[in-house]
Amino acid sequence: MTQTARTGGGRGEQSMVPEAEFESYYGRQIIKTPTWKTPDVPLYLFLGGMAGASAVLAEGAALQGNDRLEHAARWVAAAGAGAGTVALVHDLGRPERFLNMLRVLKPTSPLSVGSFVLAPFSALSSAAVASQVTGRLPLLGRLAGVGAAAFGPPLATYTAALLANTAVPAWHEAHRELPFVFAGSGATAAGGMAMLLTPPSAAGPARRMAVAGAALELAASESIKRQGLVAEPYREGRPGRLMRVASRMTAGAAVLSLVAGRSRLASSLCGATFVTASVLTRFGVFEAGIASAKDPKYVVVPQRERLARRTAG
Amino acid sequence: MGSLHGRLDDVTADAGYQPGEHPPRKGFFTDTSVCIGCKACEVACKEWNDVPDDGFELTGMSYDNTAALGASTWRHVAFVEKPLHPTTTDLGLPGMGPPGAMEHEDQGAESGDAGVRWLMSSDVCKHCTHAACLDVCPTGALFRTEFGTVVVQPDVCNGCGYCVPACPYGVIDLRKEDGRAFKCTLCYDRLKADQTPACAQACPTESIQFGDLSELRQRADTRVAELHDQGVDVARLYGHDPEDGVGGDGAFFLLLDEPEVYGLPPDPVVTTRDLGSMWRHVGAAAVTLVGIGVAAIAGRRR
Repeated sequence: MTQTARTGGGRGEQSMVPEAEFESYYGRQIIKTPTWKTPDVPLYLFLGGMAGASAVLAEGAALQGNDRLEHAARWVAAAGAGAGTVALVHDLGRPERFLNMLRVLKPTSPLSVGSFVLAPFSALSSAAVASQVTGRLPLLGRLAGVGAAAFGPPLATYTAALLANTAVPAWHEAHRELPFVFAGSGATAAGGMAMLLTPPSAAGPARRMAVAGAALELAASESIKRQGLVAEPYREGRPGRLMRVASRMTAGAAVLSLVAGRSRLASSLCGATFVTASVLTRFGVFEAGIASAKDPKYVVVPQRERLARRTAG
Repeated sequence: MGSLHGRLDDVTADAGYQPGEHPPRKGFFTDTSVCIGCKACEVACKEWNDVPDDGFELTGMSYDNTAALGASTWRHVAFVEKPLHPTTTDLGLPGMGPPGAMEHEDQGAESGDAGVRWLMSSDVCKHCTHAACLDVCPTGALFRTEFGTVVVQPDVCNGCGYCVPACPYGVIDLRKEDGRAFKCTLCYDRLKADQTPACAQACPTESIQFGDLSELRQRADTRVAELHDQGVDVARLYGHDPEDGVGGDGAFFLLLDEPEVYGLPPDPVVTTRDLGSMWRHVGAAAVTLVGIGVAAIAGRRR
């Protein structure tokens, strides 16, 4: 029934498949379209993920004494957080009031929790880079790096709750899988960016992070796409194309980096592909939600089915 | 932080007001069976609350040129023009089964409407018991008043827009030229002065009734029973049940057709019902990411 549900119109319209119809108010959407801007918000999802995972990578590299990788990853963490913050502030209707984000801490608001993750992460990752560049206060700089690595994973994953904690069907119904998509996508982006910025001899951990992230992201995305009607926006239209291209690029780069990761050219190519795929994944997820908000089908049909189940059971 | 879903009998106390010391919860009961579509509620709301216009465009779909609730539309009168089902003949037989099973009986208007059945309904913010807009607001701009209603503080709102996709009814929105979020306040200023909200005051047919929520719920039950006695089996309440997905609405309705016909979600559930699961999965994913980091380093050196 769900697959042939038609948009718009009442029952009085010429009925081709009567049992497939659902009713709506002149075909108008029920929930509001999210007002979050493109590219600000999907870009922030990407930057936050990449920065968070990079902070973890940087600390790992520091433990190994892999200076080149550590330096590159620290830069990516700080720059990603900085650029992400700019994108977030730019998205506000009243940017001059961005500090109101830190006015209260509300566990019921992932955006509030996220602000209290992003703020310390930005400060700590910047401090770590500053210490690294100037050579001053190395111990404090390293401590800042450890702190950034602690805030990094939540920074990379809270954005899944940010999207899921809404009435947007494609986001809300994917609330179990989205955090893993974002964790994987963040690892892919961080690993990929580090592969671009460091020679293959130093990029081993980055390569392994990207490949592991790719596997996680592909598995989690696949399990979203298998959900019935609510996952349709992830399979169809523009968001569907974005998701497909992203998956293919991620898988392709993972395979190539396993076989030819030690060649400079292949390593850079894989890195760039990983990063691009992560960007596309975020835009795909974001736009799938927008598409599901605009069509009353995704609101009415699953709720009708839920009501029918409740009446039957 | 109060409770996030399920039945909640004193929402005001749950929000931190002293039990027994706050006023009773206020709300609207909108009885659409007597709505005549005059839009006096829309006008009165705009006038009293000084809400700016949101364009003077014709939708071309019906007499409804307001189209939907939004940042500058806090009351919206829906005009449903449903063609009577040509193959259905109303034999006037009593209905069987629960209300809703009889949805094709078309008892709304039988008088000379050329086969069109008219439904009119004045929609408004539901002032949910579990208000997703309020719970996701990161600045605390949205708050629960002493009357149990949900209000935005414009001097705090920074226009992050989180409340917009959080609302399961599509009520609140950002005002583009202003940047901040706006919605019905249930005339908070008038309530403080012991006055009736502007829309209810202006309604000529008492389709919009204002009062203590507990009393409105009783009144609605009586009205539905009365309509059922008159043979209007399609009459049903919407948003009145404290056990529903949002813990019951502060503003609820008597409808003459399925909710989605009026542009309302048939079974809305507050997003925060799944908040615990969301945070658990976010936590598990964050730990997984740490694991990936450890594995990346622990793998072969260089």
